Amino acid sequence: MSTDVKIESAAAPAAAGPAPANKHRHWREATAGWLFVLPFAVLLVAFLLLPMAYAFKLSLYRSTLVEGEVFAFADNYQQAFADPLFREGVVRVVLFGLVQTPVMIGIALLAALLIDHATSRFSRVFRLAAFVPYAVPVVIGTLMWGFLYSQETGPFKFDFLSSDVVLGSLGNIVTWQWAGYNMIVLYAALQGLPREIYESAKIDGAGAVQIAVRIKTPMIASALVLATLFTIMGTLQFFTEPLILQPLNPGAITQHYTPNVYAYNQAFSFQQYNYSAAISFLLGAVVFVGSYIFLFATRKRSALR
Amino acid sequence: MTALKEKKGSVAAHVVMGVMALYFLLPFWWLLVAATKDNDGLFGSAPLWFADFHLIDNLKLVFTSEDGIYLTWLRNSAMYAVLSGIGATVVSALAGYAFAKLRFPGRGALFALLLGLIMVPATALVLPTYLLMAQLDLVDTIWAVILPALLNPFGVYLLRVYTHDSIPDEMLEAARIDGAGEFRVFRSVALPAMRPALVTVLLFSMVASWNNFFLPLVMLSDNQLYPLTVGLRTWYMSATIGNGGAALFNVIVAGSLVAIIPLIAAFLLLQRYWRGGLTVGAVK
Repeated sequence: MSTDVKIESAAAPAAAGPAPANKHRHWREATAGWLFVLPFAVLLVAFLLLPMAYAFKLSLYRSTLVEGEVFAFADNYQQAFADPLFREGVVRVVLFGLVQTPVMIGIALLAALLIDHATSRFSRVFRLAAFVPYAVPVVIGTLMWGFLYSQETGPFKFDFLSSDVVLGSLGNIVTWQWAGYNMIVLYAALQGLPREIYESAKIDGAGAVQIAVRIKTPMIASALVLATLFTIMGTLQFFTEPLILQPLNPGAITQHYTPNVYAYNQAFSFQQYNYSAAISFLLGAVVFVGSYIFLFATRKRSALR
Repeated sequence: MTALKEKKGSVAAHVVMGVMALYFLLPFWWLLVAATKDNDGLFGSAPLWFADFHLIDNLKLVFTSEDGIYLTWLRNSAMYAVLSGIGATVVSALAGYAFAKLRFPGRGALFALLLGLIMVPATALVLPTYLLMAQLDLVDTIWAVILPALLNPFGVYLLRVYTHDSIPDEMLEAARIDGAGEFRVFRSVALPAMRPALVTVLLFSMVASWNNFFLPLVMLSDNQLYPLTVGLRTWYMSATIGNGGAALFNVIVAGSLVAIIPLIAAFLLLQRYWRGGLTVGAVK
């Protein structure tokens, strides 16, 4: 019977203002809320905000043999902007993104449209086949393609690692690994569309290809935007593939091949921690700001709420 | 006429899918074939077909090279994946539930911060985290790999969305009326209802950790602590550069095969959750 009483006090805060029991409840809920998010908040500070702040601080200093750490303000950033090796890497990842992103999203979209259209046993097998590369560690995916690219162990009599084509070869690895992931994202969006629209389009005489291009694709624009965004973010941070394949052709895949590879080598090959921190921070800022601009520019289409 | 046209279209669609499937599966086929060859066979026989069968020898080599260090790497990978996977899931479940169902001051601001921080690129954080950990003398311990992996803003987001939509407030209210404390309500009412999403977050965190390379590469210098990804890369480096006494290519190939089998098995068994996770995250 006592439960009935509690229901009343919870459901009907009397005209005389919040009852003491209710106030107590709010306080209890607030405390619980804070305790529940505490571990996450601590991790957020320790492994996101603190490292970012620390890297920013480091990036403002310069270590010298004579004086030790010296405040250098924007020197490291100025150096980065003027550094031809860094600029080369930036230009490379931008170029890479401009070519690889549309190619991969195109393949993912084609695959998604195909499995959405064909409902055969084979299309289910195909869906699995396209997605399996995503489950493979990038290191191992890159190793496999490294063997396939090699003229000694691979089936192709073509030098995939010469400096002219190596960027494309790396792009192929990224495409192979992530196209299936994006396909599933786009396929899920296609599955969410109302089927009746296709019926009326069919009655109007539209073929399967027309329906795919003119109806399905525009209707999953928000998913396409997000897939593109995540691909661009990944592209700018390009690291593992070039690092793994570096020993195969150090002349073509240099120590400054991408900004991330450059930052890594500055830190661990040359102990230039301050400069490395500046590059990392710059890269992080570019990706962060870029994602925001992209989301803002496409906010009508994007689904991030 | 239209029926014929549709059939033609379907054939064309299947041909395109077939060609694409060959592309996606080619490296796996190569790996399967190559893992059965010895080092000479790897270089001397047709790359995409079997030659002499040395799979068993190769596997023996994988597990005995350098005093069986591969097994240590395999154990490390599993340990990192399990500890960071479970840890990240617990942390995300608590926070995701609180964001969805508990009113507390600062909730809106903290969640907005979280949404912004999902955009912070993970790899740009690796070097800064290393520099900080070096200051704290935590580098080259298992914690340097596990602790940063516990932070999973996307997992929190996913669990918040799921919890918000799938658990009615009345259910929690009923438990509170029955006298349950907030933690009790979470554990016995919310947690069971969150199970499908929890499995998804667990799966994604574990795979992310199993596949992780940059973080352990930077944090660890003791090869007894390496996960498989970093270990295989050191073998590959020494084999490619060819500084004597190093592992041979056939060991790396067989080692790669062993490393991806658990993932592919998990992926095939738990397909439902993979798709669930991608869908909630991307299309919602």
